[in-house]
Amino acid sequence: MDRSALQRGALGVDLRPGRALWLVAPVVLAALPFVADALGDASITTLATRIVILCIAAASLNLALGYGGMVSFGHAAFLGVGGYTVGMLYSHFVAGAPFLGFVPGTDQMLLTLPAAMIASGLAAAAIGALSLRTGGVQFIMITLAFAQMLFFLFVSLKAYGGDDGMIVRRRNALPFLDTRNDTTFYFVCLVLAAAWLGLLSRIVGSRFGLVLGGIRQSERRMAALGVPIYRYKLAAFVISGMGTGLAGALLGNFSRFVSPDMMHWTQSGELMIMVILGGVGTLMGPVLGAAALIGLETVLAGWTEHWQVVMGPLLVLIVLYLPRGLGSLVSRKAGGRHG
Amino acid sequence: MAEPLLAVEGLVKRFGGLVATDHLSLDVREGELHALIGPNGAGKTTFIAQLMGELRPSEGAIRLSGVEIGRLGTAARVRMGLGRTFQIVQLLPDETALDNVALAVQVRHGHSFRFWRAARRDASLRDPARDYLAMAGLAARADVPVSALSHGEQKQLELAVALAGEPRLLLLDEPMAGLGPSESRQMQDLLAGLKGRIGMLLVEHDMETVFALADRISVLVHGRVIASGDAAAIQASPEVRVAYLGEGDV
Ligand SMILES: Nc1ncnc2c1ncn2[C@@H]1O[C@H](COP(=O)(O)OP(=O)(O)OP(=O)(O)O)[C@@H](O)[C@H]1O
Ligand SMILES: [Mg+2]
Repeated sequence: MDRSALQRGALGVDLRPGRALWLVAPVVLAALPFVADALGDASITTLATRIVILCIAAASLNLALGYGGMVSFGHAAFLGVGGYTVGMLYSHFVAGAPFLGFVPGTDQMLLTLPAAMIASGLAAAAIGALSLRTGGVQFIMITLAFAQMLFFLFVSLKAYGGDDGMIVRRRNALPFLDTRNDTTFYFVCLVLAAAWLGLLSRIVGSRFGLVLGGIRQSERRMAALGVPIYRYKLAAFVISGMGTGLAGALLGNFSRFVSPDMMHWTQSGELMIMVILGGVGTLMGPVLGAAALIGLETVLAGWTEHWQVVMGPLLVLIVLYLPRGLGSLVSRKAGGRHG
Repeated sequence: MAEPLLAVEGLVKRFGGLVATDHLSLDVREGELHALIGPNGAGKTTFIAQLMGELRPSEGAIRLSGVEIGRLGTAARVRMGLGRTFQIVQLLPDETALDNVALAVQVRHGHSFRFWRAARRDASLRDPARDYLAMAGLAARADVPVSALSHGEQKQLELAVALAGEPRLLLLDEPMAGLGPSESRQMQDLLAGLKGRIGMLLVEHDMETVFALADRISVLVHGRVIASGDAAAIQASPEVRVAYLGEGDV
């Protein structure tokens, strides 16, 4: 009997772990808040919401880092810009005074999310336009420097809470849905994450995605083919920043609080760890990485207040023994770049 | 007389104190194979990089069919019909041979700001790519990842990728280097087949190939052209013998 026949069960269903995951995951994710309710532990839904939101950020970073080879150490900046867009629009909505005198505030999610993506996209365009003139370690340092500049800018913005951050008293509203209900908000995030990941998977396999992957593998080759490298990198960087901004906007809604800490370099580092942990340049890698990192943090923090001492070596071990990330446990192909 | 395909005049490239290209003038006619030979470090690769716009010359003019291209970026030059192969292969190591060529076809088809349709199954890219692979003798190796190809096959793939750009002027940087005798003969036949259809500037150390293929030969030493002419003239030139063919002490 050949291998592929062996991998099929009695019903002819493909039983390879990667495929099985695709079938099981949606069911588990959809049932999760109801199981949490049944267990009487609402914190499960809260935890899952956080993971789902950070999946969006990690997958977005992965477009730049894993597929495009742009090792950005400043993606927390876009998370923060997304979050602050929600926070600032809300505070202007409450105060009734337009932002900059002409942009009216709002608490409508259908407006705040696109606004957050536009704002973070513009931030990514500005930071990318300058940073992408460099490469290698310089690029890492410059993106880090820009993110820290934004961090200190928001620390100094007393009108928006300074280093205390600002509270968003109520989650942004959606027509027909009650976003204040944690289960509803979880599903809103889940649908957005699925949509964003779906879009990224199309992008990665499109003409644009192939050029981006080519640039990662050999800039000289792509240049000699006649590709204006800089434009493609910048476009990918902007898309990546927009997705991270979307995650930031959801995070601001989720915790009803935004602060400069969202832009801190440790947050950039955490996003990078998620991508590397899960598998660089794979579609599902960042998802697994986000789930693993936040899950581990939560479990270890429940055990001991010195959880970081356990977390550090654990991460090192995972990266040593699974150099292609957690994704390689689930699917043979997850380690490759074809997603 | 009609404008030559490529005309280079007084090209100079300095790296600090080193003059890598020294008032170099040279032309390539339509359909001609012009060979550029010279010892290691003579400045052949540096010259190609300047033609492609990868390096900025310090002085001089480069014209393609009479149009000055010296200030243009690489992408613009490629659009005007320039293409190159690399002495040290530059391929996409994670992709298959076919993927490498298909991407070259895709780039020639115009911009790639298309974000939705799956490009790996696009027959308008795959089918022509297969033809270029076949042309370079790699039809049977289409689905092999680049990292699993032999050195000779990678050299052939370099050529297939360059051909997929449909250049009017192809700059070949030592396409035979490291090939076995039969691969070398295959490559030579391939280049012979291209003669007359596209202009080629062939940088090559293998003299047998050069003398067999070239319409004209220029000899580069220390960035300067010391002799130019057909095979017989070059073989007879005393300067070339002294400076390059190493027969000065005979
Ligand atoms: N970026 C650079 N900076 C400084 N010097 C350089 C640079 N690139 C090339 N050179 C020098 O220019 C000279 C010409 O180099 P080039 O690679 O063009 O020679 P070549 O004729 O292609 O030699 P080979 O036959 O070995 O390939 C060499 O002395 C080399 O060291
Ligand atoms: Mg060379």
